[in-house]
Amino acid sequence: MKRSTFWGLFWVTLAALYLFLPLWGAFDFSLRAERDVIGFASYTRAFADDDFWRTFTFSNQMAFVSIIVSVLLIVPTAYWVQLKLPHLRPVVEFITLLPFVIPAIILVFGYIKLYSSPLELGPLTIFPALTNTDLSTNVLLIAGYVVLALPYMYRSVDNGLRAIDVRTLTEAAQSLGAGWFTIMFRIIMPNLRAALLSGALLTFAIVVGELTLATFLGRPAFGPYLQQLGQHKAYEPAALSIVSFLLTWLAMILIYFVTRGSNAQVTGAH
Amino acid sequence: MAFLELSKVRKQFSNVAAPAVQDFNLSVERGEFVSFLGPSGCGKTTTLRMIAGFEHPTVGKIVINGKEVTGVAANKRKIGMVFQSYALFPNMTVADNIGFGLRVAKRPKAEIEPRVQEMLKLIHLEDKAKRYPAQLSGGQQQRVALARALAIKPELLLLDEPLSALDAKIRVSLRNEIRAIQRQTGVTAIYVTHDQEEAMSLSDRIVVMSEGRMEQVGTPFEIYNFPQTQFVASFVGTLNRMQARVADPSAGALEVEGQPLTAARAVEANRGETIAIALRPEMIHLAKGTEGVEMNHLNGAVEETTFLGSIVRTRVRLRDSVISFDTFNNPNLALPQRGEMLSVVFPREAILLLKGPSAAQESAV
Repeated sequence: MKRSTFWGLFWVTLAALYLFLPLWGAFDFSLRAERDVIGFASYTRAFADDDFWRTFTFSNQMAFVSIIVSVLLIVPTAYWVQLKLPHLRPVVEFITLLPFVIPAIILVFGYIKLYSSPLELGPLTIFPALTNTDLSTNVLLIAGYVVLALPYMYRSVDNGLRAIDVRTLTEAAQSLGAGWFTIMFRIIMPNLRAALLSGALLTFAIVVGELTLATFLGRPAFGPYLQQLGQHKAYEPAALSIVSFLLTWLAMILIYFVTRGSNAQVTGAH
Repeated sequence: MAFLELSKVRKQFSNVAAPAVQDFNLSVERGEFVSFLGPSGCGKTTTLRMIAGFEHPTVGKIVINGKEVTGVAANKRKIGMVFQSYALFPNMTVADNIGFGLRVAKRPKAEIEPRVQEMLKLIHLEDKAKRYPAQLSGGQQQRVALARALAIKPELLLLDEPLSALDAKIRVSLRNEIRAIQRQTGVTAIYVTHDQEEAMSLSDRIVVMSEGRMEQVGTPFEIYNFPQTQFVASFVGTLNRMQARVADPSAGALEVEGQPLTAARAVEANRGETIAIALRPEMIHLAKGTEGVEMNHLNGAVEETTFLGSIVRTRVRLRDSVISFDTFNNPNLALPQRGEMLSVVFPREAILLLKGPSAAQESAV
């Protein structure tokens, strides 16, 4: 065996052990819910809990809406910056990195402080207090999720836009009579399929596991449920963590198969 | 009235001191094929982009088919455009790409499908309708781009260096195809290129551009044979440029390094003044001693002989100047040897009197 091959394998094995050993530990632990029996009892109990389904469904709905809002907000922004305002790219990139330095707790307290009372301009109410109803609190929650997912979604979209010749494709579509709406939804977005899917996956992962925003806004999300479960039970949280990993991997495999041919298509734009 | 008119067009970008295009006036007739020829940064693409509506002139106006379009958005101009990078939509098949403009215009399906088939037939890619752009060669992609631009029956077809990304062989075949299709459809075409051979072979007229200005407008024959400025003379074809002293302006008498020459026409300069002249290599021949007095002679020493297969290029040093000329290869004749003194001849008409500043440092190209 070549010396370089040996060291390559050594480092890959080490990295794999580092990543998979804790996971294996959690999986093994989750199978030992009953004394002297290896089985899926913790999984059965976790899935039998109505709260699990309720919170999991709620977080999935929030994730879905957050992804839609993120795409609608970020794709046109990143596209416009790339096309018309390339000199503003560093500013936009800085803004998208802010969620890394501003903790979620600061964000949620900011929201509560700002939106828990109606915004009034003299006798005129611009908008009512957003924390008064479940629906409006969900709006706040989604806004928070969009901010938290911003660095990931923006980077995915920006990388996707850099991989296609945005300017020329836009001009080609314009010369054929297309307006901005057609260009955005029939040319740009379909060619960002891979980028949007990876951005969506990251957003989904963030939203489903998010704890702080949902806890302080008092919404029945999966993150707070897991945290509460961990305080009272030992085996079920481990089982649900494994389920979360499996769901993420499933999504990644799905993305791989959906976007398999897209690179070849994208190169045609150049 | 001309089909396309550009009047006093000027484009000044805010971040650049020199204007990208200035004082651009051009009239193009319906069905004409006009090329903008010039080096990189001469303003040819900017002018094309102003016609397309992707840039707006700082000053001046653009009229297409009697309608002023200076401020009209690109998607309202009904102009077909072919890009250097093909710009096919990667997510659409060949047929969908070609039919895109018609679908945007909300044409009925019964009109779109036959039109797409007609275009596929025009570019000889009927069997590739279901392919994606990435599954086609560069030449095929560019033909699809051409079909897509023509499918909407544009008033004007703009081609921005469409062959630059292709290899030499495909470039030649595709340029012939572009010209044939343009003739067949009768569409008015503006073609941007930095390749003089491409411009010569395709165009009814050529606009030679330099530093944002039009240097000369004319047929390929006029541009090549009668360049009016030093820039045109040097950019189009190979050229020997020399300094000549005016001996007798009215008689066209000149002197190059002490050797007398006569131009075919009077010289617009004063006696004793130095002007720039040029000679095309193909107008120069080795003297046989039987030439008449109407021919110009120049004597010099062979500096270098280069065998190029079908032709032999010989460089002859006069004193400070060097001139090059080509002769057809003949295996029965010996090549001129280095240092050998020889005489070259050329007709009076071969002397091109160039306008603009004299090229004091330049000798031969």
